[in-house]
Amino acid sequence: MQNDNSRAHRKACLHITLALLAIWFFISFGCSILLRDWLDANLPSIGSAPFGFWMAQQGSIIGFVLILIAYAFLMNRLDNKHGYSEK
Amino acid sequence: MSQDTLNFIFIGLSFAIYIVIAVYSRAGSTKEYYTAGGGVSPLANGMATAADWMSAATFISMAGTVAISGYDASRFLMGWTGGFVLLTVLMVPYLRKFGKATVPDFVGDRYYSKLARGVAVGCAIFICMTYIMGQMRGVGVVFSQLFGISITSGVITGGTIVFFYAGLGGMKGITYTQVAQYCVMAFAYTIPAIFIAMALTGNVIPQLGLIGNYTVGDEVVPFLQKMNNINTELGFSEYTSGKMSTLNMFCITAALMCGTAGLPHVIVRFFTVKDVKAVRKSACWTLGFIAVIYLTAPTIGAFSRVNLVEKLHDTAYVDAPYWLQEFEETGQMAWVDKNDDGKIQYFGPGKSESGSFSVFQGKSPIYPTFDAPEDQRIGKHGERLLATKADTSNPNELWFGNDIMVMANPHMAGLPMWVIALLMAGCIAAALSTAAGLLLVLSTSISHDLMKKIIKPDLSDKEEVNYARFASFVALAVAVYFGINPPSAFIAKTVAFAFGLAASSFFPTLLMGIFSSRMNKEGAISGMLAGITFTFGYITYFQFLDGTPDQYFFGITPEGIGFVGMIINFVVAFVVSAFTPRPPQHIVEMVESIHIPNGSSEAQNHDFEI
Repeated sequence: MQNDNSRAHRKACLHITLALLAIWFFISFGCSILLRDWLDANLPSIGSAPFGFWMAQQGSIIGFVLILIAYAFLMNRLDNKHGYSEK
Repeated sequence: MSQDTLNFIFIGLSFAIYIVIAVYSRAGSTKEYYTAGGGVSPLANGMATAADWMSAATFISMAGTVAISGYDASRFLMGWTGGFVLLTVLMVPYLRKFGKATVPDFVGDRYYSKLARGVAVGCAIFICMTYIMGQMRGVGVVFSQLFGISITSGVITGGTIVFFYAGLGGMKGITYTQVAQYCVMAFAYTIPAIFIAMALTGNVIPQLGLIGNYTVGDEVVPFLQKMNNINTELGFSEYTSGKMSTLNMFCITAALMCGTAGLPHVIVRFFTVKDVKAVRKSACWTLGFIAVIYLTAPTIGAFSRVNLVEKLHDTAYVDAPYWLQEFEETGQMAWVDKNDDGKIQYFGPGKSESGSFSVFQGKSPIYPTFDAPEDQRIGKHGERLLATKADTSNPNELWFGNDIMVMANPHMAGLPMWVIALLMAGCIAAALSTAAGLLLVLSTSISHDLMKKIIKPDLSDKEEVNYARFASFVALAVAVYFGINPPSAFIAKTVAFAFGLAASSFFPTLLMGIFSSRMNKEGAISGMLAGITFTFGYITYFQFLDGTPDQYFFGITPEGIGFVGMIINFVVAFVVSAFTPRPPQHIVEMVESIHIPNGSSEAQNHDFEI
């Protein structure tokens, strides 16, 4: 019973981790480095800043904070579901 | 009241607060000394970690780096924040569950080997040493600015203070002091930015000013367009474009991120909170507090660059603002009148055929000795002369260190004196908090991991602390030496090497230790050795020996090579472990157990509830 439970927990945890890391990769390496030239040229500017440039200097950092908040929220919910929350 | 008096009042006041806190919350036991007893609240730990993270290098030179290289500097901005995502989702919750005091502790137990522990201790000491060198340089810059002394005496003064300060409280004292230091730093960093944003863009929030309009003068133009115009006019590449190759940019950012996730002194911060849930919450706070400063840095960089160029370019030296001479005095700015017209010209590499814009030969200015005749020291316009020859292949006449952008910013913008005093207090807080945190990890690595766990297991608590003190003294002495003779020109670069080494040693080893129960000690040890040897060799070859840029591996600079070293570490570890025996059963069980977020004894009780 405990083994099944912990295995399911670990699998769900891995899914959350990988999904968040995919977003992390997309906003940092994707938007701000690899696709930057294309984004600068084709997406609307943020204020007067080209999109890719803004992502690199401001947007990605804001995104990272949001990812961590989502992680804490999702993981705590998952722990509750599997009975792993403290107390 | 003069500026100096105000500086002393602000710094004295902040010091008094730190000392009161440090004395009040000093460690009573070794557990409190290493991990503050494990009971720090997530919010307090978040602030403390942010203060620890915000080094003198970040605080002083990052805005300058952004100002000089525009888009290219995003690698630092993203690398040093994005790493916390890796750290939080892949590392610290599991390491906290494991519940040991230091990172080599985990490596030693997980890989059931004294040799693995030894290699990890070596890596930890090396990384912290590299990192702390940059800190000492930063402390030196602040003190030289503050007391008008040379950087050398500044480094020595700062080192002495840090030594007494770090010896006081252990992790518990340091943590609560860092909470206060974060507050000082956050105000010191954002308040000048707000003032300048209002002056240049009419916007109270600097981040909105950056993407808003430049409102000084008759015509209103978008601020970043103004930046680009200035840069292209003077012969630099466009501010928002950058000129670094995509591959190199990718590698450096990745090395900084993975390095962040493998830095022992950051990981250890998360051992100070109560449980895994608190670790997650604490990580949110940490990155939130860090983001406050990192979102402001690019605005300070851009604003101060506009200010600097507008105030100095094409201005006669005798009419230049007073702070130029002050910074010449401390060796942070220099002017060489190449065309003998008495005016300052600032040009980029695009204005000369040689493609360089160096003012003089060599990396940093060298001055005639104090007893040299006056006509060798002071030029005909009253400027400070250099002993190094001028580089006449280009028209650029103005040299300044990266550090100048934050330090001179309030002067340039003509801000009130108390803002400058606050900034000084902030710089010192940044340097002290990081140096203290690093020294703690350095000394515990030596006393706990090396002496107690490897060489002399019967060490008493008291002896252990004595070893820690002695180790921090030696470490600091070495750091001071390198702070005076930095191996690399800019502070931010010196620090970047620590990240390359962390990325190629700890990050892969910890990751495999947590997520692969098949990884054995042979694989981990050979991986760590291969990764760090490669990275260390590459950096040494290009920084200290005679490596030239055209020999770079696929054009990757030494800053980004940690990413390649990391891949080498992974590959070597997996190949070696595939041909060597599986780890013993109790290790496999241990790896399983660190994935269960609550205490293992409590987990059995929960069985009945499910």
